[in-house]
Amino acid sequence: MSKLSREDVLKLAKLSRLKLTDEEVEKFRTELSEILDYVEKLNAVDTTGLEPTYQVTGLANITRSDVVREYNLSQNDLLKNAPATQDGQFKVRRVL
Amino acid sequence: MDWPSISQIAAKVQSGELLATKLVEQALKAVEQNKEYDAVISLTNDRAMARAQAIDEMVKKGQSVGRLAGVPFIAKDNFLTFNGKTTAASNILKPFESPYQATAINRLEAEGAICIAKSNLDAFAHGSSTENSDFFVTKHPADKQRVPGGSSGGSAAAVALGIVPFALGTDTGGSIRLPASFCGVVGYKPSYGLVSRSGVIAMASSTDVVGPLARTVDDAALVLDVMAGRDELDSTTIERDGKTYVDKGLDLRGKKIGIIKEYFGEGLDAGVRQRIDDAVGQLVAGGAVVEEVSLPNVPLALAAYYIICPAEVSSNLARYDGQRYGFSDPAAKNLQESYELSREKGFGAEAKRRIMIGTYVLSSGYYEAYYKKAQTVRTKVRREFDEAFKKYDFLVGPTAPMTAFKIGERTQDPLQMYLTDIMTVAANISGNPSISLPAGDANGLPVGLQMIADYKSDRQLLSAAKTFEGLGK
Repeated sequence: MSKLSREDVLKLAKLSRLKLTDEEVEKFRTELSEILDYVEKLNAVDTTGLEPTYQVTGLANITRSDVVREYNLSQNDLLKNAPATQDGQFKVRRVL
Repeated sequence: MDWPSISQIAAKVQSGELLATKLVEQALKAVEQNKEYDAVISLTNDRAMARAQAIDEMVKKGQSVGRLAGVPFIAKDNFLTFNGKTTAASNILKPFESPYQATAINRLEAEGAICIAKSNLDAFAHGSSTENSDFFVTKHPADKQRVPGGSSGGSAAAVALGIVPFALGTDTGGSIRLPASFCGVVGYKPSYGLVSRSGVIAMASSTDVVGPLARTVDDAALVLDVMAGRDELDSTTIERDGKTYVDKGLDLRGKKIGIIKEYFGEGLDAGVRQRIDDAVGQLVAGGAVVEEVSLPNVPLALAAYYIICPAEVSSNLARYDGQRYGFSDPAAKNLQESYELSREKGFGAEAKRRIMIGTYVLSSGYYEAYYKKAQTVRTKVRREFDEAFKKYDFLVGPTAPMTAFKIGERTQDPLQMYLTDIMTVAANISGNPSISLPAGDANGLPVGLQMIADYKSDRQLLSAAKTFEGLGK
């Protein structure tokens, strides 16, 4: 079921926001197919009547007190890692 | 460099017999002397020296400086730290300087420990050898042609080389225990939720844990003790009781230990098998009641993991988009291209594989067949462990089917690399605590014995591990 086509890989790359090179498309087509073949062995496992496990702690609705924490950081400190800024804001390419 | 035990170092710093500044200088010198192993990505030396000076000042004034006073350590470079960069060994985070620190680091600092450097890893902790680091491969301390294991390979190598008394790692599918096994050190993976993940770069959030790599069980237990417990900044952390994790060692007489039959199949190296058989012999000699137990569902954990992990990875790595922090490709002509080029150039091959597999298994139409199926198999694995721990106090087996392999030996086929996690990954899927302990050498390279305990039985596990550690001596 999992043998991926070139188009499948390109679609996955698009959904993943990756601009793959032609060589990568071919390489990943083979590798991803092989990985999916391996994990598909789970199809043969009988899981009738079992519920999935999404987390193991059993914790639910954990909240914390809604108080302001002081980190002693200025707006500029937090923008230090931004690739581009303007007037103390993140600068991105036009969206529309 | 031969370090005394962590509690001895701290006691001598407190008494003024050792200076924190000297210890930091020593550790930094050891980093320099072992440069050829490429265990370290960057230093946090400015902050380390300032903290050491502050600690020495406090000692002079007769103030108490904590249980880890002046003890230098190295953090895997997926822990956010002040001073210097936090890269996760990835090109996309190469320029990143964190504005805050991981809770685990804050708690260690509060007891006087000093982070001196950041260690190498497989980028974003995706791998079992450090060969997936976007920067360089760490070399095995006993043979530079070989890998130290991964993904916490830099941390394991640093401890084995004696650069620092302990290092921090993360374990999502075996990333603390596997390199500990390959490098001959103690590697501890706590129960899921025992240590806060706040400030640790997320890989697979439902199995990620923080843990120590050290030379002895006592040292690992002390570091765990300082880090463990609820953190408001990580809603998945569990409560701990007030008791310490450092223990005098459990009397093994009458304790029931199950040997996991499925871990002794065809793929197991004969030399590793021999050392594990010896270790089991020591447990028997120590009075434990040992028998083989078949856990047929446990080997399914690997296939389940390689669905669950990439699914969570694809979500967690979505934030690296080249807009707010990290690498951004200036060649992009529009927003879409900025995302695609920044991610294409910033991520290595393994991150891309996992993002795409994760995207695939979470896609509409495939979700039930892959992701939900894997999470249901996860239930099966957990139940099998739960049943086993009704009968046994501990389960044992090898940590890995092999000793450290050669650099390049497994990089051609990603699936071969995944299979190195075959014995560690079940405890991640189930959340159980697990430890890798040095169990002698095979073919001149270290072998690790793995012990697993019931969920939240960390103290008992460390205590039994301490007793095992003493048996061979």
